[in-house]
This record gives sequence, C-alpha cells and structure tokens, in this order.
Amino acid sequence: MPAVAMNVNGNAVSGEVEPRTLLVQFLRESLRLTGTHVGCDTSQCGACVVHVNGKSVKSCTMLAVMADGCDVTTIEGLATDGSMHPMQQAFMDNHGLQCGFCTPGMVMTALDIVNRNGNDLNEATVRKELEGNICRCTGYHNIVKSVQAGAKAMGE
Amino acid sequence: MYEFSYHKSASVDGAVEAMNKAEDGKFVAGGQTMLPTMKHRLAAPSDIIDLGGIAELVGITVEGDSINIGAMTTHAAVAASGDVQTMIPMLAKLAGNIGDPAVRNRGTIGGSIANNDPAADYPAAVLALGATVKTNKREIAGDDFFTGMFETALADDELITSVSFPKPTAAAYMKFENPASRYAIVGVCVAKTDDGIRVAVTGATPCVHRGKQLEEALKGEFSSAACVGVDVPEDQMNADIHASAEYRAHLVKVMTKRAVDACT
Repeated sequence: MPAVAMNVNGNAVSGEVEPRTLLVQFLRESLRLTGTHVGCDTSQCGACVVHVNGKSVKSCTMLAVMADGCDVTTIEGLATDGSMHPMQQAFMDNHGLQCGFCTPGMVMTALDIVNRNGNDLNEATVRKELEGNICRCTGYHNIVKSVQAGAKAMGE
Repeated sequence: MYEFSYHKSASVDGAVEAMNKAEDGKFVAGGQTMLPTMKHRLAAPSDIIDLGGIAELVGITVEGDSINIGAMTTHAAVAASGDVQTMIPMLAKLAGNIGDPAVRNRGTIGGSIANNDPAADYPAAVLALGATVKTNKREIAGDDFFTGMFETALADDELITSVSFPKPTAAAYMKFENPASRYAIVGVCVAKTDDGIRVAVTGATPCVHRGKQLEEALKGEFSSAACVGVDVPEDQMNADIHASAEYRAHLVKVMTKRAVDACT
C-alpha cells in the first residue's frame, strides 16, 4: 500500500493507505479527526470541506494519496489554547447552526471566503460563495450573518 | 470505488509512460468528475495516473494576442487571473461560475475539456473562441476536438498540455444553469473573432456544437433581434428531468440573444 505523509493541523502525520482511500476517510478513520463530516459523498453538500495548502477542497472528492506532502487544515485545527476561532465564535453567537452537521464545512468554507474576499463581506457575496455548502436546518439566514460577523471579527 | 493502482509523475513523459504500461489506465487531473464517477462505479480504471505533480502543466501566459492556459490550471486560478480578466473577461467569468468554490480549487481546464461533459462550460468557450488544444503530440483546432458525448479527438495516451485562446473582439457566455449542480441546462457562447462571428452551444445536445444558423443570422445583423426567426430544431435536443427538448430549443435562442446583447 502507498505511504502518505502530510501535515495536518500543524502535526506531521503519515500512514499507509489503499490508493482508493479518500482524504476524508484518512482524516476520520486513520487520524480519528471526526470533525470533518461526510454528508452526501457526491461532492455537493460541503460538509467535508477542509483546506489543502490553504485552499478549500471537498475532502470526499480527493484521494488521500493526492494530498501527500500537503498542508491540511481541518476544523480541529482552528481553536487555539481552548478558545474558539473568531469564525467558530461567530457561528455560536449568531445561532448559525441547529443540528451542527454542516457546521465544520461551513466554517472552513467561510475562512476561504474571508481569505479571498476580505473582512467586509456583503450578504450577496456570502450567499453566492456558500453555493457548495448545504444546510438542511436553519435556512442559511443565520449562517450568512455568522460568516459576516466572523469575517469582521477576524479583521479586528 | 473499485481498487486501482496509483501513479504520480513529475513529467508529461513519465505520465505517458505510466499510461502505456497500464492495462486500462486513466489520467486524472483535478478529479472533480473522475472521482465521483469512480465512486458510483461508473468507471473502474485499472490504473490512475495523477497529473497533479507536473508543474509545467500549470500556469497562464500571454503570447501576443493569445492567452495560453496550462492544462492543470484550476478554474479558481483562471477566474482570478488579471491577464485573463483583461484579455478575455468572458473566460474569467465562465471559470468563476463552474461548480462551487471548493470544486473550482481542484477542477482544471484540461480535465474539463478532456472529459467533454455535454453540459460543461469550457467546451463552449473553446469552440466559440476558436481555441487551439495543445497536446504532447500535436495541436488540435477547437473545431476538431469535441467529437461526441464524452468523446474527444484525444488518443488514449495523449495528454492535453495547454489550451490557447485568441483574444476576441467581443465575447459573452450566458448559461441557464441547473440550480443545484451549476451545470448548463443550456449555455451559449457568442464571440466576434478574426474568423467571424462564432456561436457555440453547450448543454442542449449530446455534444457541444456550433450554432451555424445563428451565426448566419448574426452575420447579417449582429443584434438579438436577428436571432428571432432562426429555427432551432427540437429533435436534436437533450430531454431530461431538468428540461424538455422543446424548452431547451427555446433556451438556445434566449441565451444567444442575451449573449449577443452582452457583446454589444
């Protein structure tokens, strides 16, 4: 089986995987980082979004071997010293979740939105940018507010 | 997903060599179509040859009045490119509206046109702008590249290295998109080029094609009104749960009119 080595949330990790192992399987099953979720498994819902070399990707649509040598950030990599990342805090403060299943992917996508669009986000931009993330509880209203508030907080 | 052997090469030659050794190999670019297809067990290659490590296939360069885009350049990179935005803004806009942000960070131009999905966006731009597809073996005119549903002029061991788009006088792409997948139910790309007015239609039929009758009508008068009398035959249109053949035929004209208006 091929060996893979990557940096996940600042830690060097390695393992042997079948070529067909998806990145999300490697994260969840080999590394036990179960914050990254599998929703649809067809690259539509966005629950599995992580960052690879600083860019959002759907980890159900990338092989673990393709991430060999990459820097990977998952939802577990955001909090520091027991304090939530400003984007996580914004989702909590703005009731940006009900069941929470989509939240890890929403937060990782939100950070990608801030990286590319800055800290002052209008509603239309956030709604357009969230096209690849599906929530079946809240109807997006508070998620959009959370992303805007989190973006602002990250700039302060 | 069925089992397969995985190969990654740092060079085009290495990738082609791996392909020639494979029993039933497939090149994979960004994998945004290939991996879902394999997960559904609609494809079961014996070997996957990953092109993700070939640096020479990535990048955008201006060459005179053309823009050359490496096959492994992502949709996100094309959308964000200042050179593309300046020379062919239509192409940047098209790339920025494929799939969703995470898909655009992985999906590539080479992968999209090699796959030739009947509802993909890039094939319409390749055809309408009269682009040239460059491979490890030859250069293929856009008009000769797309040969049928999911079929192209590429040989099994032939690899797209880049796509060269000549700068048009004016161009616009209008897509009536599926609200879930963002694939084109019908997409029309209209371009004024050195080669005349070119209209390419995607999503409507089993393979992207030139709208020759629309081109003829627009040659006489380049206005949306000129498209009104053109006959778009329903019998060649796709029909599925998203749109009937009759509706798609109607959309071809509507999207053409919108694209023409956006050009002028």
